[in-house]
Amino acid sequence: MKIIIVGCGNVGSTIAKQLSQEGHDITIVDKDEKSVRSISDNWDVMGIVGSGASLSILRDAGVTEADMLIAVTDSDERNLFCCLMAKKAGARHTIARVRNPEFKEDISFIKEDLGLSMAVNPEQGAADEIARLLKFPSAIEIDSFARGRVDLLKFEVTKDSPINGMVLKDMHKTLNTNVLICIVERENETIIPTGDFVMKEGDRISFVASTKRATQFFKAINLNQGKARSCMIVGGGETTYYLAKQLISTGVEVKIVDKVKAKCDELAAKLPEAVIINGDGQDKNLLSEEGIERTQSFVTLTNHDEINVMMSIYAKKANPKVKLITKVHRSTYDDIIDDMNIGSIINPKLIAGESVVQYVRALQNSMGSNMESLYKLCSGKAEAIEFKVKESSKLTGVPLKDIKLKPNVIICCIIHNGAIETPGGLSTISLGDTVIVVTTNTGFDDITDILD
Amino acid sequence: MNRSIIRFILCRVMQFEGAFFLLPCIVAIIYHEEQGVVFAFSAAAAFALGTLGCMFKPKSTVFYAREGFVTVSLSWILLSLIGAIPFVATGEIPNYIDALFETVSGFTTTGASVLTDVEAMSKTTMFWRCFTNWIGGMGVLVFIMSILPLSGSYNMNLMKAESTGAEVGKIVPRVKDTAKVLYGIYIGLSVVLVILFLFSGMNLYEALIITFSNMGTGGFANLNASLGGYSHSAQVIATIFMLLCAVNFNVYYLIITKRFKDIHKLEEVRWYLIIVAVSITIITFNARSSFETLYDSFHHSAFQVASIISTTGFATADFNTWPMLSKAILLMLMLVGGCAGSTCGGIKVSRLLLSLRTLKRELNHITHPRSVKKIQYGGNAVTEETVKSVGSFMIAYIFVFVVSNLVVAIDNFDFQTTFSAVLACLGNIGPGLGIVGPTGNYSTLSAFSKLILSFDMLAGRLEIFPMLVLFYTGTWKRN
Repeated sequence: MKIIIVGCGNVGSTIAKQLSQEGHDITIVDKDEKSVRSISDNWDVMGIVGSGASLSILRDAGVTEADMLIAVTDSDERNLFCCLMAKKAGARHTIARVRNPEFKEDISFIKEDLGLSMAVNPEQGAADEIARLLKFPSAIEIDSFARGRVDLLKFEVTKDSPINGMVLKDMHKTLNTNVLICIVERENETIIPTGDFVMKEGDRISFVASTKRATQFFKAINLNQGKARSCMIVGGGETTYYLAKQLISTGVEVKIVDKVKAKCDELAAKLPEAVIINGDGQDKNLLSEEGIERTQSFVTLTNHDEINVMMSIYAKKANPKVKLITKVHRSTYDDIIDDMNIGSIINPKLIAGESVVQYVRALQNSMGSNMESLYKLCSGKAEAIEFKVKESSKLTGVPLKDIKLKPNVIICCIIHNGAIETPGGLSTISLGDTVIVVTTNTGFDDITDILD
Repeated sequence: MNRSIIRFILCRVMQFEGAFFLLPCIVAIIYHEEQGVVFAFSAAAAFALGTLGCMFKPKSTVFYAREGFVTVSLSWILLSLIGAIPFVATGEIPNYIDALFETVSGFTTTGASVLTDVEAMSKTTMFWRCFTNWIGGMGVLVFIMSILPLSGSYNMNLMKAESTGAEVGKIVPRVKDTAKVLYGIYIGLSVVLVILFLFSGMNLYEALIITFSNMGTGGFANLNASLGGYSHSAQVIATIFMLLCAVNFNVYYLIITKRFKDIHKLEEVRWYLIIVAVSITIITFNARSSFETLYDSFHHSAFQVASIISTTGFATADFNTWPMLSKAILLMLMLVGGCAGSTCGGIKVSRLLLSLRTLKRELNHITHPRSVKKIQYGGNAVTEETVKSVGSFMIAYIFVFVVSNLVVAIDNFDFQTTFSAVLACLGNIGPGLGIVGPTGNYSTLSAFSKLILSFDMLAGRLEIFPMLVLFYTGTWKRN
């Protein structure tokens, strides 16, 4: 597809990089020549220096034949204006980053009457992800499929875990559980395990299960922490507001710490149920006074990566059982932070980028193949593909144990009439089902491609 | 420095050269010439070696600007080293250094020759000689990129190093598609030219090889009298196409996509046309006494101006015998060259314009020391980075020119010959003045001078820096 991206910040560059690798024709537009150059020098995209809100620049970028325009500058108004112009000038789809809570109620009007295809809100996206993680503190990462109905949970095998050294096919009998293990990450390898696979300490295992079964499973492997009932948040930005609002509505006790009095006042006005503390989150006394030893989860959301990481390390020391979530913007530190064992890392810009990329993939897939959508997992090494079964084939009506699949392919979920089923040997696929396949192979177009 | 990826791309280049060798084989079959055997063997050997080298995938695919520059310059050197082999193997240029000079001159679209009698060459070898002009014109790596899916960031870095001009802009978002568009236009124009030449009385073979050297603005011809041996109408067609090929190829893309308004913005093309018109007018009247009629004078000066500014190097008349002013203008045009993004060599009109405007700004700065002024070009303010890179290019160009002059001077030819030989090679023109003039050739130069001039031709075609990078020790450090 021909895609124009206006704004070359973190979100813009994430999207440009990912989409150009996936074979789209990308043109990037930004006022700042340096940002444009740093992307167009490294990726196969065309760069244009100028304001994305100017029609002549948009025309230069080829807006008249563009399939999509994605406006991700740091100003909501400019993004919306860009999309309006592009839509009128001929772009078929438009996506804008809109982060100001003031616009939140207007989004549906903007979408319907001004023709916007999608609004991305990095802060909201980050808040959603954090809230999901707090529901399942045992997991380090949670991906959702099928419009949020199916979750893929990731956890790390510890040394004293009962499954350390266990053969996969014995697991169900020994632990009396029913979850489907889809992907194992061991060091730099990404493996789709077979029945003979032996799990080891340090493996990062992803599995599909319903909420109830996942809870049972975590209990069986002594990892269950239960849903977090209290949460301490340091930093009072927009993400904090969205997150606190969600947590409060599900009955979680929320405590927010921020240095700036004005921010505290604003939050206190909007969130009467939350405890707002005006103070420095790096102050040891303040933290223990507010109960860092007792809180079940600790989320650092200040604008400084380094401060967030340091606070998380401190919290881990003060309260080893706490569920930690750390916001980190710069991906340079990824490798170091992974080794620190400070729980889940949240990168709002990557989340926003990823959601746009997913929208584009879904859109592209809806033109042509019967792939519903495609998700990249484990930093792109594995894919989860959602297929709609539209016609009968060798796969339909046959028990799964009689079907021979290609290596490194697993059917992880069948959605039958809206009910989610974790497939076993006796499950069958029928017409009209949605099937989610996880694989480390690439280039699957049709559900029958998974057959050997 | 990621050496394995460079090795991998070089082997790909070898495979492609093997494929190119097959084209002369076809000619050999048609004309029943035995030289075809040599080309068939060379093709098989180059392809086999290249395939062998490609079997080992590169260890890492890291590819930065540094790798891009080194890959491009090494590719061109490799292409020339291999491309020279058939000349020696057929015995038509027995000395390898001579053959190398001829091949470099071909690929870099210079058109400088060591042959004293081109008409003695077999049709097969002549076809290869002219074909190097054509493929070198638009660039070999650009050609490979338009066919092979080289993924990720390689593309831009290779394209930047191989294309001409200060700023390389893509015309469509993907490098691969840009390469395809450029080659599409190039092939399209070539087909038109072949047809026109056929109408002017050439046979298909002649039309093909003259088109090759004309489109690539190379200048190899199959007759000793160059284009002087062809009909008047052929010369007129050649004049027009030489001028067309010296124009930025983006213009043709804009014409095809009907964006006529944008063409207006291309300042470089406007100045290029002005330079051409003024030069033709002055030379027509200045060299009037060398011709019988005013029209003849106009015809030959137009041809010569087109041939020099497009850095082709075809000749219809011996401009050695023209008045000094005309010769001086032609020498200046050798320095100028055509537009960026075309197939020609030289400094390029755009760089000259930017340099002149920088000069004007400096003067302005002396009279108004506190003034802040941005250099304007094509309706936009030019970044200081571009101004700086143009400045360093000019310095590098002069540096290479001066050093080469010193070295070639060892041969002890007259000033005119030495000076113009270096200028003509560095600017990818071909014929200079004196002994290396349009009726002479480079055969009398020493082997050492030929090697230096070969380096100059490569440096001129790749715009200096890729070749200089090879001599910078920091380039080769592993890290």
